Amino acid sequence: MPTTSDEVLIGRIAKSDRLAMEELYGRYRVPVYRFVLRMVRNPTIAEDLNSDVFLDVWRQAGTFEGRSAVSTWIFSIARFKALNALQRRPTEELNDETADAIEDQADDPEIALAKKDKAAVLRACLLKLSAEHREIVNLVYYQHKSVEDVAGIVGIPEATVKTRMFYARKKLSELLTELGIERGWP
Amino acid sequence: MTAAKQSEPSEIELLLPWYAAGTLDARESQQVEAALASDPELAARYEWVRAELEQETLVSETAGEPSGRDVKSLFAKIDALPAPRSRSSIDLSARVAEFLASLSPRTLAWSAMAAALAIVLQAGFLAGFVLKEKSPGGYETASAPPNVSGEGSYVLLRFQPQASAADVANFLETNKLSIVGGPLTGGLYRVRVAPTKLAKADLMQIVNTLQDNKVVGFIAVTE
Repeated sequence: MPTTSDEVLIGRIAKSDRLAMEELYGRYRVPVYRFVLRMVRNPTIAEDLNSDVFLDVWRQAGTFEGRSAVSTWIFSIARFKALNALQRRPTEELNDETADAIEDQADDPEIALAKKDKAAVLRACLLKLSAEHREIVNLVYYQHKSVEDVAGIVGIPEATVKTRMFYARKKLSELLTELGIERGWP
Repeated sequence: MTAAKQSEPSEIELLLPWYAAGTLDARESQQVEAALASDPELAARYEWVRAELEQETLVSETAGEPSGRDVKSLFAKIDALPAPRSRSSIDLSARVAEFLASLSPRTLAWSAMAAALAIVLQAGFLAGFVLKEKSPGGYETASAPPNVSGEGSYVLLRFQPQASAADVANFLETNKLSIVGGPLTGGLYRVRVAPTKLAKADLMQIVNTLQDNKVVGFIAVTE
């Protein structure tokens, strides 16, 4: 049985088709949740935002004009929700994992290295990136979004997408250096 | 490395993350491949890109899933709302989409077959592997008998889009691997590399060997 396209589902959702909504939600629930979670770093808030995102999809399906892929549209809504949540919480609430990562930063680099292997240090550095950098790193590396897709989600030119990703990686490099791992440029 | 090189990364270098994620088009992929083959320094940097992708994937995959509260919350809110308004634009696009969906399978098949055939074959083949692995008496490798306890050593693996079903089959058989789950987000499959829990160093040695295979797009250790 062929899979119904996202575009067809959106058209049906615009006509209040709840089954279509359930199918679309099933497709995007987990990846959108994980994207939002990387942004807000709080599972409870991420789960609340996740349902808000898809409530907007339900409400706005009739205004979707097909200028971008449905997934790009959904992730752009998710991004907007996550950024709003971060603005409401100037000091980001940290989960245990993030708190552990920051605690590690206070260690002497040699001690930190002794405690963790290179992969673990890199993972800790990924958690320490700014929201802007976490966002693009997750979209590119985990959500497998193309340059064009990221440009559509974040609302910036494609050239800026490439340089922003480069600077996110450069920041990673700096964080690694702070923990005693010198990897060169960037 | 020169200062000028540091301040202005090349276009190829900017594309490395998308090359690692497999989201470049064929022309750009070929350009990156050529550059990596001719520039050892760039190739060394690319190893870091792959490491970043691997760890970001682990961070995200181990973040878990929504508890289920979100589903109840969403559909309770939806039930409380009036029906959404439709606009003419979406009505038109929906009608076009529904028209396409209503075309005979033969019409649609001929238009899409050429582009989709390779991907469908590979996905179907891999799904077959997963189903067989989950079925009693199904496919198993010589080194990996059914393991109901869940013990073993596993990796997350994504195959290169251009890898044929035959390439994948040969790769799995040669390396005595079993696909036990997937596809997950990003086309990842959960693959058992050993029937027992290996020491981390031993597992990393296997990963390092497998990632050099041409059919492997991405590989990372997982629980």
